[in-house]
Amino acid sequence: MRVRVDAGKCVGAGSCALVAPDVFDQDDDDGTVILLHEAVPAGHEDQVREAAAICPAGVIALNHTGG
Amino acid sequence: MSALPRLPLDRECPMHPPKTYARLQANEPVARAEVYNGDKVWLITKYEYVKALLGDERFSAVPSMPGYPQLSAGVGAAALEERTFLRMDNPDHDHYRKMLTREFTVKAVQRLSPRVQQMIDGLIDDMLTKGPPLDLVPALGLALPSMVITLLLGAPEEDHAFVQDRASARINFNATPEQTRAATRDLLGYLEKLVTEKENEPGDDILSRLIVTYGRTGALSHEEIVHMGRLLISAGHETTSSMISLGTLALLENPGQQAALVGDPSLADRAVEELLRYLTIIPFSTRRVATAEVEIGGHTIRPGEGVFMLTPAANRDPEHFPEPDRLDITRDARHHLAFGYGVHQCLGQQLARMELQAVFATLFTRIPTLRLAVPMAEVSFRDDSVTYGVRALPVTW
Ligand code: HEM
Repeated sequence: MRVRVDAGKCVGAGSCALVAPDVFDQDDDDGTVILLHEAVPAGHEDQVREAAAICPAGVIALNHTGG
Repeated sequence: MSALPRLPLDRECPMHPPKTYARLQANEPVARAEVYNGDKVWLITKYEYVKALLGDERFSAVPSMPGYPQLSAGVGAAALEERTFLRMDNPDHDHYRKMLTREFTVKAVQRLSPRVQQMIDGLIDDMLTKGPPLDLVPALGLALPSMVITLLLGAPEEDHAFVQDRASARINFNATPEQTRAATRDLLGYLEKLVTEKENEPGDDILSRLIVTYGRTGALSHEEIVHMGRLLISAGHETTSSMISLGTLALLENPGQQAALVGDPSLADRAVEELLRYLTIIPFSTRRVATAEVEIGGHTIRPGEGVFMLTPAANRDPEHFPEPDRLDITRDARHHLAFGYGVHQCLGQQLARMELQAVFATLFTRIPTLRLAVPMAEVSFRDDSVTYGVRALPVTW
């Protein structure tokens, strides 16, 4: 599974960093999302799916092809 | 033709939303209603629709937009005087919100956690020293969030009571426009002084960092910093306070759930999400006005029409939360909409989560036999405010 983020739309609510801390971090200056792994590490798929579902600004996109 | 429902509806049971919500959700998830002055509004009750519309930037959160829905003249007047990103649309909203986001990241909140735990330990020590029965609202519910907010703003601790009193008056539905305006003026006057002090002598707090990073470069005016401080007090204080007191009551009312938490305090994380869902203490703030024609559930919402995205109804949608009227602290409820959704979703949510998790884990570990000191029927609820809650919570152990 691959994941993309549109950090420009991010409102820094922090939900992704809360539910999938190994995949998402937050910028120290403005709290916006930092993607740590474009290819989701094995075992973290459910967390990343949840992060995408609860992201309030629709910033996280999943891509299953090629995964 | 039958009369339209008029907001706010009365609750049949204080721990549940009005029954009309569930009926509308099943039969008419996009419905018409009216507010205090007879204005017509839309009520959205289905989870999917509430989430979609809150995430849709064709709806505006600006109270001066024609058609923006209000619940009372007083609270409406207070909203009109707010000049913060809570009441802005993009691009302005994101521009201002991003000046504060770094203060509320998951990591920033983790750094605060030991201080907050100390505060909680101290407050519970005081409760145990004083002995039962006592009112949990001042002892813990109001005390902790005001200690936290004054710490964040770098205000003197002895100012708690004033801040609390003025912040509550601003959001009371029974207050007249004059009363809410006076309360807003008092709070702003207070923050005015505090910000001026910090401008002369910055410290280690949010206001000082706003001054140094944005005030001194001209990106934020003195007045804008004052209004941001006011927003943090009004958005963060009474909300967290109410979740502590009402959340405790919900657990006391469900002894099986209380026992589960006492037996396994690590359930506090899930318990907090479930309590946020179950209680949804900010029932009406997620309201907007359409700026374009929007189709939803076979209806057309037209520009200038007001919409209440009813999160208390969405959070009881059986398609997303099986047996929604049952409090179950072991369920996965993290997709609830109690913090709203879309670009305005709560900025302080990670802080609120941390405070609440620590409160419930500590309270029920240290006082496992906590119980109500009066019959449930004697508990007085505050249903006349932007934030739902209890006026007092007499407890014993
Ligand atoms: C359990 C406690 C809390 C609840 C239930 C809660 C709920 C909410 C809700 C529903 C909104 C969205 C309003 C809308 O869409 O118009 C919101 C926004 C906001 N909250 Fe909270 N909140 C809580 C705690 C806090 C705390 C502790 C802070 C900060 C100290 C805070 C700061 C804010 C701010 C600044 C906004 C405006 C965000 C924006 O417009 O971008 N909240 N909150």
